[in-house]
Amino acid sequence: MEVASSIRPMLAVSVSALAALLILFTGERRRNLRELWTILASVTKFSLVASMMPTVLAGKIIECTIIDFSPGIALQFRVDAFGFFFGTLASVLWIATSIYSIGYMRGLNEHAQTRYFFCFALALTGALGVAFAGNVLTLFIFYEILTIATFPLVAHRETPEAVRGGRKYLAYLLTGAALVFFSMGLTYTLTGSLDFAGGGFLRGRGSDNLLRLLFVTFLLGFGTKAAVMPIHEWLPTAMVAPTPVSALLHAVAVVKAGVFCVLRVVLYVFGPQLLSDLNLWLVLAYFASFTIIVSGMLALAQDNLKRRLAFSTINNLAIIIMGAALLSPSAIIGGIFHIAGHGFMKITLFFVAGAIYVKTHKENVSELDGIGRAMPITMGSFAIAAMGIAGTPPVVGFISKWYLCLGSLEAKEIVFMFVLLTSALLDIAYFFPIIYNSFFSKPQGWINSGVDEASWLMVVPLTACAVISVILGIAPDAFFRFFQVATLAARNIVGIG
Amino acid sequence: MTPPFPILIILVPLITAFFIPIIGWWRRDLCYPLVIAALSVSALSSVFILHLVGEGGTIHYYLGSWDPPWGIEYVIDHLNAFMAIIVSAISLIVALSSKRSVERELPQKVVYFYCLFLLQVTGLLGIVVTGDMFNLYVFLEIASLAGYALIAIGEDGAPFASFNYMIYGTIGACFYLLSVGYLYVVTGSLNMADLSRILPDLYHSKVVLMAFAFFIVGVGLKMALFPLHVWLPDAYTYAPSAVSALVAPLMTKVGAYVLIRIVFTVFKPSFSIELIPGTAILSWVGAIAILFGCILALGQTDLKRMLAYVLIAEVGYIALGVGLANKAGLTGAILHILNDALMMACLFLVVGAILYKVGLRNIHQFTYLHRKMPITMAAFTIAALSVIGIPPTCGFFSKWYLVLGAIDANQWLFAVVLLVSSLLNAILFFRVIENVYFEPANAHGDRGHEEISIDEAPLSMLIPILIVTAGILSLGVLSGKIISSVIQFAVPAGL
Repeated sequence: MEVASSIRPMLAVSVSALAALLILFTGERRRNLRELWTILASVTKFSLVASMMPTVLAGKIIECTIIDFSPGIALQFRVDAFGFFFGTLASVLWIATSIYSIGYMRGLNEHAQTRYFFCFALALTGALGVAFAGNVLTLFIFYEILTIATFPLVAHRETPEAVRGGRKYLAYLLTGAALVFFSMGLTYTLTGSLDFAGGGFLRGRGSDNLLRLLFVTFLLGFGTKAAVMPIHEWLPTAMVAPTPVSALLHAVAVVKAGVFCVLRVVLYVFGPQLLSDLNLWLVLAYFASFTIIVSGMLALAQDNLKRRLAFSTINNLAIIIMGAALLSPSAIIGGIFHIAGHGFMKITLFFVAGAIYVKTHKENVSELDGIGRAMPITMGSFAIAAMGIAGTPPVVGFISKWYLCLGSLEAKEIVFMFVLLTSALLDIAYFFPIIYNSFFSKPQGWINSGVDEASWLMVVPLTACAVISVILGIAPDAFFRFFQVATLAARNIVGIG
Repeated sequence: MTPPFPILIILVPLITAFFIPIIGWWRRDLCYPLVIAALSVSALSSVFILHLVGEGGTIHYYLGSWDPPWGIEYVIDHLNAFMAIIVSAISLIVALSSKRSVERELPQKVVYFYCLFLLQVTGLLGIVVTGDMFNLYVFLEIASLAGYALIAIGEDGAPFASFNYMIYGTIGACFYLLSVGYLYVVTGSLNMADLSRILPDLYHSKVVLMAFAFFIVGVGLKMALFPLHVWLPDAYTYAPSAVSALVAPLMTKVGAYVLIRIVFTVFKPSFSIELIPGTAILSWVGAIAILFGCILALGQTDLKRMLAYVLIAEVGYIALGVGLANKAGLTGAILHILNDALMMACLFLVVGAILYKVGLRNIHQFTYLHRKMPITMAAFTIAALSVIGIPPTCGFFSKWYLVLGAIDANQWLFAVVLLVSSLLNAILFFRVIENVYFEPANAHGDRGHEEISIDEAPLSMLIPILIVTAGILSLGVLSGKIISSVIQFAVPAGL
């Protein structure tokens, strides 16, 4: 594959780190200037990522080596189709979240806003670094930056509950990181290399059982961040974070980084061939199915809206992992595409939850009767995104589910198609009552007391994300050619493997 | 002609140390600049030496032009030069920051403090440049005696802690001296290179075995290797802050250097690894030290004492790396000497700054500290992340090589120990970080923001902290360069 050398990946990664420093030194007193840095950095970051599109679409890899660590390992960025896909998603949604964050934080008059924006920018550096990393060590470095930068965001409120949530988050993720660390060392000892390669590079480098063990430690490690059951517990607890954090980080950047890493390991370290040789794909697919069904059912039982969304996230993350596990081209396309599709839909849902909270301070599903009349645009967006998650056309969720179902047929495992369909039913079961009650139930007393839409800083981003979900559903390539890039990535993996 | 730098490194601080009481008797405020000047000369010479070694290989300097093995020889290869830079640079940084805290904590004893400070540094530098076993003993005792005195001038409890340290340290020195004597009896030589030539024929002699064992115990006592660490927590807790900041990063690391020299240079790797299970025992001791240090640190509420236990664990890392006895493990151990010197210097300097500014040591009283001292606490956080081993700080990279070494040696248990200790360190340090950064909401839910304003440590303390923090952040990414230009030559061939 052709390689183009360019410094752009490094700029795209570091621009938000620079912004983080500027934010820190600007401080609380000049908050408009501080917010300007956030917006500027998010737009610059996105333009840098977007400028790489022609090269990536031409099938080239953009490479940028910064410094050598030791033989075979360097701090290196390599932007391939898959990394570009995740990088675009994270940087697009950061713009939306930045605007939304400003509305949310000011609307609630939150404390420690400088720390908040500082950590947020740093987390984005981590996310982009994960997307563009060219080898496991670089990936791990940014993975850890992401973990640490998110901790103050989770514990932002500093209440005992928030601090507990933060501790739990760290305990899970650092333990996972330790497992990754070990697996990384073992991989390096076995192969002398850590560079990602489409189709994997571990094949024939160790005994079967050793590779199986390595697979398990890798998956348990990255799986914590991807909230695979039964190591998902931190995610619902982390919902004590402010909503924009839950939106971008716990729907897109952090957990998707986890899924991204799982996919990198499955498809670029082990590779489809090795996984089917070792029969690991079936294990992974069953594991994912278990998570899909159980998290769907648990979502039904949550009254707190954000917790319900959290379980829905766990559900969808497992769907993406299942796509990779099935190893058939359509399933991989569906899985990768669902990273973007789910990103747009879930961020809309979280934005809505935040808008409701800012206006009414209500967090529970049972208190939202009739709110659709007071906030029609917000709840309308919610309805669109929720139907999309359930897989209703023409919203984007349908396309990824369609490809995933095709993929499970290609893999000759019809069981997984039923898992997907059951999960769609569960999605409807836990979302539909919210939509129904908010529009058609008799409003509760407080609705009439002058509640209306939240500030435009919040409404515009959430509507935009909902609209994009629909556009992507009708024309998957219309927006940043997400579908084309996903196909390219899948072809790269399957073609070589 | 041999360049005079090896001897300059030691002579300049030694002679200055003698002049300080005289000059201090005349003008007390001249002590500080004099110390800085002397240490700067040492540091510059070390940098120059490393450059020379990089260009032309090992440097030999014959003291008084007496040829070895009769005369004392100073040998500087990559490992020595590397250690010399660490010792001279860290001591210079600590000296820079010491001014205000010494004036505050020891107003009557500034002159004696600086005199002893320089003697201690002289001893440490002497240990790392000499190529002679007995000369090493002399410097070891100079450093130790200065250390006992420095620690004893601390707060209440310091004299007792120092006395305790002195007993243990002297026992260690005796063991070391005994084994030097044993080796002299059987070989007739004190020169390291000479010994390593003569000894292989005598590897089966009981005397040589005893000498090796005594060496390990003696050096183990000096570097506070578990279970010979008992003196350390008290001594480093009660010492004045400037002293803890000097001895904590350096004394144990220099001990680790002596360990590496004895295990891999004086004795051949074939002896330490194959003939007797020396390195295997060392690795187990190291692993237990890591867990022991971390777990005991969990029980401390005094930040300084907690760091002392963390230090015991860090010494365990180095011992484990040496004990793994393969390329990656030893690379990790040597890299960790540098990284840990930086981390410990940073942490103890921060403790000194906190003590100076707010006089607090109990981690539960650290609330609001991030408002008062934002820069200091940011430095603390970065150093803490490095101890935990979060990339891109330097602590991650030495841990990476140690884990690689453990896997390479097929000792997965040690890899697990290393990772578990990361998690324990995370608990340790995030406990402090939580106390510093998160503010307890009072009954009314508001946090009383306004009345606390920034009250940072003086610049003379802040700048050294920032220098070390910058080192922690940058040396990790540069570790590949450090290994390829220095450390790989320090790892003996055949590992």
